[in-house]
Amino acid sequence: MSLTTQAPPPVKRHAAPPRRTAGQRWRYAGTVAIFLLPSLVPLTLFTLIPMAGSLWVSLHEWDLLQPMRWVGLANYLELLGEEETRAAFLHTLYFIAGYLPLVYAGGLGLAMLLNRAMKGRNLFRAIYFLPVITSWVVVALMWKWLLNPASGIVNWALGVIGVEGPGWWTDPHWAMPSIILASAWKDLGFVMIILLAGLQAIPGEYHEAARVDGASAWQRFRSITLPLLSPSTFFVVVISLINGFQVFDQVHVMTGGGPGGATQVAVEQVYKMTFEYGRAGAASALSWLLFAVVLMVTLIQVRGQRKWVNYG
Amino acid sequence: MGKALRYLLVTTGALVMLFPFAWAVITSLTPDGAVLASPPDFTPEGAGLAAYARLLEALPFWRILANSVWIGVVSTALQLITSAMAAYAFARLPFPGRGALFAVYLATLMVPLQVLIVPLFIEMRTFDLTDTYFAVLAPTIASAFGVFLLRQAIQQVPREFDEAAVLDGAGHLRIFVFVVLPLIRPALATFAIFGFMASWNSYLWPLVILRSPEFFTLPLGLAELHGRFTTEWNVVMAGSVVSVVPILILYLFAQKHVIASVAQSGLK
Repeated sequence: MSLTTQAPPPVKRHAAPPRRTAGQRWRYAGTVAIFLLPSLVPLTLFTLIPMAGSLWVSLHEWDLLQPMRWVGLANYLELLGEEETRAAFLHTLYFIAGYLPLVYAGGLGLAMLLNRAMKGRNLFRAIYFLPVITSWVVVALMWKWLLNPASGIVNWALGVIGVEGPGWWTDPHWAMPSIILASAWKDLGFVMIILLAGLQAIPGEYHEAARVDGASAWQRFRSITLPLLSPSTFFVVVISLINGFQVFDQVHVMTGGGPGGATQVAVEQVYKMTFEYGRAGAASALSWLLFAVVLMVTLIQVRGQRKWVNYG
Repeated sequence: MGKALRYLLVTTGALVMLFPFAWAVITSLTPDGAVLASPPDFTPEGAGLAAYARLLEALPFWRILANSVWIGVVSTALQLITSAMAAYAFARLPFPGRGALFAVYLATLMVPLQVLIVPLFIEMRTFDLTDTYFAVLAPTIASAFGVFLLRQAIQQVPREFDEAAVLDGAGHLRIFVFVVLPLIRPALATFAIFGFMASWNSYLWPLVILRSPEFFTLPLGLAELHGRFTTEWNVVMAGSVVSVVPILILYLFAQKHVIASVAQSGLK
């Protein structure tokens, strides 16, 4: 077919609203408002204004009761010098350092096991996902009971094989590992589903070809699976880090930041400063510091993804 | 890897996932005296529903369950409506400053709840709204995530459908309800699942804003129960079992869709 006989492309008129009279324009503005306001009004009232409010509060000394006292950036400077702040961030990093490798390795293992046609695959997938739909408070309570130092079943089972179980959440050294264990158990299914979807997007021919060339299972895993899975890995790492920095529910229920402050993570610190220590201003400042850290870490990852994430 | 070994590993994994639930059920059926027994009793004598009876005495648990369902349903419905409407505006109704406003929505997506806790609490206290259903729902009415998700879905609806409706004389409200909404049903379902789960599991904000047990949601009721019955794990586990069952039933029905939604979120 020659180019000249082709019909001209249809004119796209929907990009801009057609010319209208003043009355029509008002009606159009009204339509836009009807669609937008049900979302924009609550967003303004319950997110945008509180955001501004939070910045404002962070510049004051305040116990939620007495009038606020302007202190400028003093809260931020004070926080940066405080031992508690450093401890809160260190505990948060400790949580992430334990949680992320565990949940990723476990999730990847499960995903690889299920990435083949097998009987009952959907059932297993549904079972692994069960903790994901369970609320954090339930998971925290179930694990607090399982890991009960004196009468928990885990320590009993350890006793049977001749190991004396630790004090878990009552022991400053074992409290964070207890929280990490419960958290990894809950999120394993989530990570598994994301990685399984990624694995299934890898064309089978790649593995076939490598096998024909005599590549071992490990070589295929290193050179095919991991690189081609990197977009899913990236997603899991970004989400896990964002959630990890904001860990609260399971900590608040399992240890309340204890024993002896051993699991006092950043958001737990914000909560206590606000409602127990009468330092709402400093608490707001701390929440912004945490937000700044999360934002920075996320941006660094987005920037760095070029180096290792393979979008094919 | 051998087939037998694979099944062995997969089954072990499943047992690890299921055991905590099973143990919660067994503990909840154990009579008071036997809970802390060592070695643990897998078939306790006098097993029964005594712990459940004590649960209902300790807290208005049916009311708490109903609160969670009610708040979850209303929160999900409101989010769906407000987000779908705003998404339609962002996808189909050009107006000055639209891009900038959408950027504001995206920016709020990154701001975590704990940043907003203090001012939100003050806002509610100022208007005397603490300890109300409204206070729990308020921060969930608008969802930037929902607007983002549904806008993408609406953008994939071919314009020709709207234009055909315009020729028939339909206004935007009719196009939205009768043309666009039916076509983005999968995205709406995905968002509804995420929204309901978020509301059902939410803990920090209800913890801050609710004081009276009659307004409690399940996570709060359970935490309160744990505070009161520190060593009576049969009662605490009874409460846990009761709060898992409704979401479990929902999950059994929507299981495929839930998993597909999550899997989809990682594939971009």
